[in-house]
Amino acid sequence: MSERPVKFRGGGFAPTARRWVGLVVFVVLIALAEIGTRSGFISSLTLPRPSDVLQTFVDLYNSGLLFTHLLPSLTRLAVGSAMGISAGMSVGILIGLFSYVRAGLIPLVAAIFPIPKIALLPLFVIWFGIDEGSKYALIALGTFTPTVVATYGAVDNVDRTLIRMGQSFGLSWASIVRKIVIPGAMPGILSGLRISLAIGIILLVAAEMLGAEYGIGAYILEAGSLYDLERLFVGVVMLSVLGVVVSALIGIVEKRLLRWRN
Amino acid sequence: MDIRLSALTHKYDDFEVLRDISLDIPSGKITCIVGPSGCGKSTLLRLIGGLERPTAGQVLQLGDPPPDCLNPLTYIFQDFALLPWRSVRGNIALVLEDHGLTKAQIQAIIDDVLARTKLSDFADALPKQLSGGMKQRVAIARALAVKPAVMLMDEPLSALDSQTRELLMEDLVSLWSRTPFTAVYVTHNLAEAVRLGHAIVVLSRRPGQIQEIVHIDKPLEQRSHADPELDAKQTHLWNLMREEARAADAELLHV
Repeated sequence: MSERPVKFRGGGFAPTARRWVGLVVFVVLIALAEIGTRSGFISSLTLPRPSDVLQTFVDLYNSGLLFTHLLPSLTRLAVGSAMGISAGMSVGILIGLFSYVRAGLIPLVAAIFPIPKIALLPLFVIWFGIDEGSKYALIALGTFTPTVVATYGAVDNVDRTLIRMGQSFGLSWASIVRKIVIPGAMPGILSGLRISLAIGIILLVAAEMLGAEYGIGAYILEAGSLYDLERLFVGVVMLSVLGVVVSALIGIVEKRLLRWRN
Repeated sequence: MDIRLSALTHKYDDFEVLRDISLDIPSGKITCIVGPSGCGKSTLLRLIGGLERPTAGQVLQLGDPPPDCLNPLTYIFQDFALLPWRSVRGNIALVLEDHGLTKAQIQAIIDDVLARTKLSDFADALPKQLSGGMKQRVAIARALAVKPAVMLMDEPLSALDSQTRELLMEDLVSLWSRTPFTAVYVTHNLAEAVRLGHAIVVLSRRPGQIQEIVHIDKPLEQRSHADPELDAKQTHLWNLMREEARAADAELLHV
């Protein structure tokens, strides 16, 4: 009788945390670009040299213009997305709770969602003025719809047995919403926020390209029209970093608010 | 406070689940309801506690609940229904917060029920840290906290393994022996029914009708794991149910 160990067939399909791998991918890609441009394998017209991009960034910082561009952009993103997200969460919760609101607003949200919001900028300029108002409105509308969809989906997914439990103990309607529905919907709402804020950053740049003196978008537009690839890349990298920072902030909020999971 | 069910009939659309159920649930006793799966046991419990409206008939409260009772009809659910984001203490506090009690009163009640269910050491644990048996103890503590007149227990031990079930049965017996409570206890497990029930109501398969009510007079604390008298009752119950269960099992589901 032959004897052999049973072959292992399990394993895999279980993502585990691997720190630094993400960073290594960035470093390798940037190093490749640097080596490529230095050796002439990649022409400087195709891709700017990463070290030149860094130098341009340092120059920007030294000239003091970095914060002149950065602060207005951050303010616009913060104000616009705060308006859009808070309105979106409120409307999403109302849709989740009331059948009439649901029946009335879901088609409306579905109609607004696919409109490229940037196409509405001229309308917003007429309504809210060429200044900050139209930019806030654009970012607010852009973050509003994905937040609504994520929020009512999350409210729909709250465990009904918990709500029944609340009712069976005679909790008031407001208590059930505040202590069971909203905390239960929080995971879904927060993962929706990641998408909303990424859309917010895209719209921020779009709005600034169409009429702003300062801002990351204005900076990128100016660089682009001069085919100044180094500055263009400085602008783009700032946006990427902004995206990573926003995502990390949501990660921190998730860790704090959702400690009860995992 | 007693509960009287008078001619309860319940339908989902044209689908009759319960038919003409009349039953008295006396206070201070545990009334078990057994029946084949899908016979409407859980529906009956939801009707008794007012989570669903019967199609016909009435659920009546006879007499008033005791004055310190915060929630006369209180459920214990099969899946525990604990809020995962609240600690053990927080889960119990949840059902006390809407009653205008002071913080000190709430803390006193929580400490008392945690001591009675031997959970004092776990007050600050989150549900995910607890075993199934511990979670159900928390749910029992939460139910005791509102000083119910009637406990409505929906297969409370069915999600637990058999050893844990045995331990919790002993806990329930000792809780009842110290302060007798009124309970309607739905289960499909006949061993639980003969251990905990003063009266065992046997329902037929759908539409659920009362087939027989079996009384067991032996005091709860004298009943034990392999008691011949209880075994005889259990065999009797199984004989009542066997054909019904077989037929219920072979039915197509209409969902």
